[in-house]
Amino acid sequence: MNNKGFSLKDLTKKRLFMPIACLVVVLLINLIKTPDFFNISINNGVLYGYIIDVINRGSELAILAIGMTLVASSSGGTDISVGAIAAVAAAVITNILSGGTDSVSEFHAPLAVAILAGLLVAVLCGMWNGFLVASLKIQPMVATLILYTAGRGIAQLITRGQITYIRVDAYKVIGSQFGHNPVPAPIYVAIFMIVVAALFLKYTAFGLYVQTVGINAKAARLVGLNPVKIQFLCYMICGLMAGIAGVIYSSRIYSCDANNIGLNVEMDAILAVALGGNSLAGGKFSLPGSLIGAYTIQALTTSLYAMGVSSDQLPVYKAIVVVIIVSLQSPELYKLIKHHKKTGAEKKNLIKEAVQS
Amino acid sequence: MKKFKDIDTNKFLLAITIVMFFVMYIAGMIIFNKQGFAKPQVFLNLFVNNAGLIVIATSMTMVMIIGGIDISVGSLVAMDCMILGDLMMNKNWGAWASMLFVLFIGIIYGSVQGFLISYLNIQPFIITLAGMFFGRGMTAVISTQMISITNETFSAIAQKKITIPLFGTMNKHGKMMYPFIYPSVIIALVILVVMFVVLKYTKFGRSIYAIGGNEQSAMLMGLNVKKTKFFVYVLDGFLASIGGILFCMNTMAGFVEQAKGFEMDAIAGAVIGGTLLTGGVGNVFGSLFGCMIRGTIESFISFQGTLSSWWVRITIALLLTFFIVLQSIFQKVKAKN
Amino acid sequence: MKDEVVLEMKNVNKTFPGVKALTDVSFKLRKGEVNALMGENGAGKSTLIKVLTGVKDYEMDSGEVRIEGNPVVIKSPQDAQRKGISTVYQEVNLCSNLTVAENLYADREPMKFGLIDWKTMNRKSQELLSSLDINIDVTKVLSNYSIAMQQMVAIARAVDMDCKVLILDEPTSSLDDQEVEKLFMLMERLKKQGVGIVFVTHFLEQVYRIAEHITVLRNGTLVGEYETKNLPRVDLVAKMMGKSFDDLAEIKSEGGSTKKDEVILEAKGLGHKGTIKPFDLVLHKGEVIGLAGLLGSGRSELVRSIYGADKADEGELDFKGKKLLIGAPIDAIKNGMAYLPEDRKEEGIIADLSVRENIIIALQARRGMFKLISRKEQEEFADKYIKEIQIKTASRETPIKQLSGGNQQKVIIARWLLTNPDFLILDEPTRGIDVGTKTEIQKLVLKLASDGMTVMFISSEIEEMIRTCSRMLIMRDGRKVGELGEQEIDQMNIMKAIAGGNE
Repeated sequence: MNNKGFSLKDLTKKRLFMPIACLVVVLLINLIKTPDFFNISINNGVLYGYIIDVINRGSELAILAIGMTLVASSSGGTDISVGAIAAVAAAVITNILSGGTDSVSEFHAPLAVAILAGLLVAVLCGMWNGFLVASLKIQPMVATLILYTAGRGIAQLITRGQITYIRVDAYKVIGSQFGHNPVPAPIYVAIFMIVVAALFLKYTAFGLYVQTVGINAKAARLVGLNPVKIQFLCYMICGLMAGIAGVIYSSRIYSCDANNIGLNVEMDAILAVALGGNSLAGGKFSLPGSLIGAYTIQALTTSLYAMGVSSDQLPVYKAIVVVIIVSLQSPELYKLIKHHKKTGAEKKNLIKEAVQS
Repeated sequence: MKKFKDIDTNKFLLAITIVMFFVMYIAGMIIFNKQGFAKPQVFLNLFVNNAGLIVIATSMTMVMIIGGIDISVGSLVAMDCMILGDLMMNKNWGAWASMLFVLFIGIIYGSVQGFLISYLNIQPFIITLAGMFFGRGMTAVISTQMISITNETFSAIAQKKITIPLFGTMNKHGKMMYPFIYPSVIIALVILVVMFVVLKYTKFGRSIYAIGGNEQSAMLMGLNVKKTKFFVYVLDGFLASIGGILFCMNTMAGFVEQAKGFEMDAIAGAVIGGTLLTGGVGNVFGSLFGCMIRGTIESFISFQGTLSSWWVRITIALLLTFFIVLQSIFQKVKAKN
Repeated sequence: MKDEVVLEMKNVNKTFPGVKALTDVSFKLRKGEVNALMGENGAGKSTLIKVLTGVKDYEMDSGEVRIEGNPVVIKSPQDAQRKGISTVYQEVNLCSNLTVAENLYADREPMKFGLIDWKTMNRKSQELLSSLDINIDVTKVLSNYSIAMQQMVAIARAVDMDCKVLILDEPTSSLDDQEVEKLFMLMERLKKQGVGIVFVTHFLEQVYRIAEHITVLRNGTLVGEYETKNLPRVDLVAKMMGKSFDDLAEIKSEGGSTKKDEVILEAKGLGHKGTIKPFDLVLHKGEVIGLAGLLGSGRSELVRSIYGADKADEGELDFKGKKLLIGAPIDAIKNGMAYLPEDRKEEGIIADLSVRENIIIALQARRGMFKLISRKEQEEFADKYIKEIQIKTASRETPIKQLSGGNQQKVIIARWLLTNPDFLILDEPTRGIDVGTKTEIQKLVLKLASDGMTVMFISSEIEEMIRTCSRMLIMRDGRKVGELGEQEIDQMNIMKAIAGGNE
């Protein structure tokens, strides 16, 4: 009994064990339940199939997971406003492109300018969160709750409560495909962002700084780091990532639906981080873990869709997964189980004694 | 007469809120005088429209005093409304049985969240975030269609006008119209008073303050921290369900998107009403004023007529930020002294 | 009556993984007396008190506790209270958001019709406090009152719960003279009522004013119990500091730090409100300056204000001939300072990071985010120091939290040596580590100084300071009270200076 618990603990200590195991489980279930899950075909010049869908749809989530990982590591909190920030960014972009009308068939402003403006607004949102968390020391969830609820309101105001359509082919590129390349474009964007993030972490000391601040902010200050600045930067990057995700979301539907862009995605991003073996209480992080976590969550989502679960109902399953993961991460759980076993054993002994006497 | 330096900052925050409410309301009476903002019914509508919110903000105040938070309340309200609709309209349950069932669900919800938060020591945010998604999802599992509630008993309770024989006004037909409220307002106010008594005059209530002030000390004083926390979340689930029923009496329907952002309204109500985010300080009557400020903003926007209703949410967010920053500044000043 | 023993602890032993915290410690407290429990860092005072009050994970391995002659087992702090042992900590363990009355009666509020009877509670509280000559408004929130008053409220609560033994754990550290006076009046009153008081403090002055007996601990063992009137101050300091019998005598002749004339640092009127009074200081290149004083004398606070860990709020600092404005530690680091903090666990190590990362972090912070030290260089640096100062670790990638205390300390020293500082501050570098490592660190300090580095050395062990320092500054009560040149440094002089007074 004891032995088993020990080896399990050893295994789960390996950083990437949990996310990979979960991914394998999800894929296995699919293999049994939906055998055509792994079929890939080419329809209208685009790769097609469930597995492609997972990688394609997982692009935004993977990008968001990068930002969420940094936020969780440095501040021991999570940013629940990412979905709303994505909506705001999309609203800004479509509004600039449409020049204030509800549907256009040509750009009213250069695409690059619009996208830059959208990303800038997303960065500003991130800075707002960063200011509240790092400078004012407000609990991350309360601080980001403000934009979580107000963000969509702001997006609605920008789009005047309408769904703004941009019916221009150039706008659809990021969300569909580059020219005749059969691989969906969002995948390239995600790969690009992942590579940029990986290079940034590899060739600067940023990752080390973030972890140091997350583990011991006092010591971090004494070795010459500025914890406030570093946390602020993490929230800013998280905002930028949300903005980039917003661009892809919006391009996919060549419009901005402020109510639905990035809806419930904050939960997925948090799940990706937790599933990746990163503690939501801060400290060491593993980007590969979070990314595997992100695609696992997307695989779960796609499989649930494949099994006929509606998008409204998905959160039920994800909520349960979150509770299971954080419960398993809680040291108190093991204490409780230990205590239970102990009292159980004591009772047994008592019975034994009673029987013997 | 108290000297200025003797006034403690928490009471000062509350005073700002109360003054703010009256200033806003009087400003409203002047700006929207023509549209009839000064009518007593407009004032009573603050309660009528916000009965559910008042109960939930009261409960949120309690949770925040102990140093926790609950962002699942909006979803729980949506789920409650949907269950009420489903039971009464599709399963032909009686109104009373349905309401009891919803209260039971609330207790279960609170127990699960309370167990995970207090006994497994997981951050309340993560747990209630999961609770928020679970509730919203379950609502969709029950039905993705809107269910209108036409149950007679339920409608009768919800829409029984209780007139107040004061400040009557003549209507166009020369009939005397008295301002009125619904039973939901009375229920909400009774709960408010009961919670005030619980927090002020019971050991349970005082333990909540003690734990929110300093968990370690509370434990040394002999208080059972885990148990108290657990029961706070159970009571919170129960009260949130009462809030859900009152909310339902207002909308008479259940649908997935209902009560979205309600958690922020409740948190804003509590914070604006002087509850500290750090725990240990708060007063349910303050939260009532917080809710009324929100109601007043809502009335402004509906009287103004052209502004989008999204402005309510944005204004509340700004107000919440303002009070959070204020709290943060006060705490820094206090720490310096 | 006077000699009636109310509390007795006999042959208490307590071991933590790898450390023997208490060895055969005995302690005796008589009715109506104050027994001062004294000792330097790591002496075992706080462990003894935790064992006595049943704090979790502090169950004693062997030994016996008797209250009024009856053997007892204390399971938790609450249990201790029920048995008549109450503790008042320096950090007041009350809820400052509740009213004074509530704090007095929490968990035992007077009830009426099932509800709390505030009126009775307030009246009883007022009576209780007046009986102890404390005149405050009990309906006000506790945080309105000073720390001193809050402590008295805590004491009043303890008294009202029929305590026979009152433990005051460093109650006076943050009080001013007047407040201390008030506290003493209250203590005298309690003595007359027959309460036995265990008084933990670092202030010698106060001990000689109020305590009948002094119990000295050192390195987890009992040095002895003495009558205050028969124990001169210098003897007390000697007993607390003890003498290390490690064989280190040859070090000094080997290294022999010599004073050079080049001034490296000059502080004028530097101070930090509430912790350290303004001080002047001149340091030279290549000297080892000891900072002596008891815990709480301001020795750590002095160096923290130089380094910018607690930003100085008055005075000025010249470093290497240049006026320095230090807003945060990074400014100090960039100018060539380094600081090993007193609290290794809270402020030193970055627990989950590897030895390598812990070593390079300060240099990396100094270079800036975009000038990453290459992995190869990092490994070279880590290997170099692991070898040079003999850090015992499984590998350079082992998380630092898995190392022993002494090796963690070496990693932090390596971290600072890597930045090649001109001025190195070591705050208690040898606390809680084994004798061998201690010697190594002392030797290292002397070698660094002979290479031209200026080192400021803080330690509770006088012997090691005598061996390593070329000059010593004496601190008492947040003030720099004296300086000893190389010729004057000896045990007697130091202890006299630390003890102060006329004895």
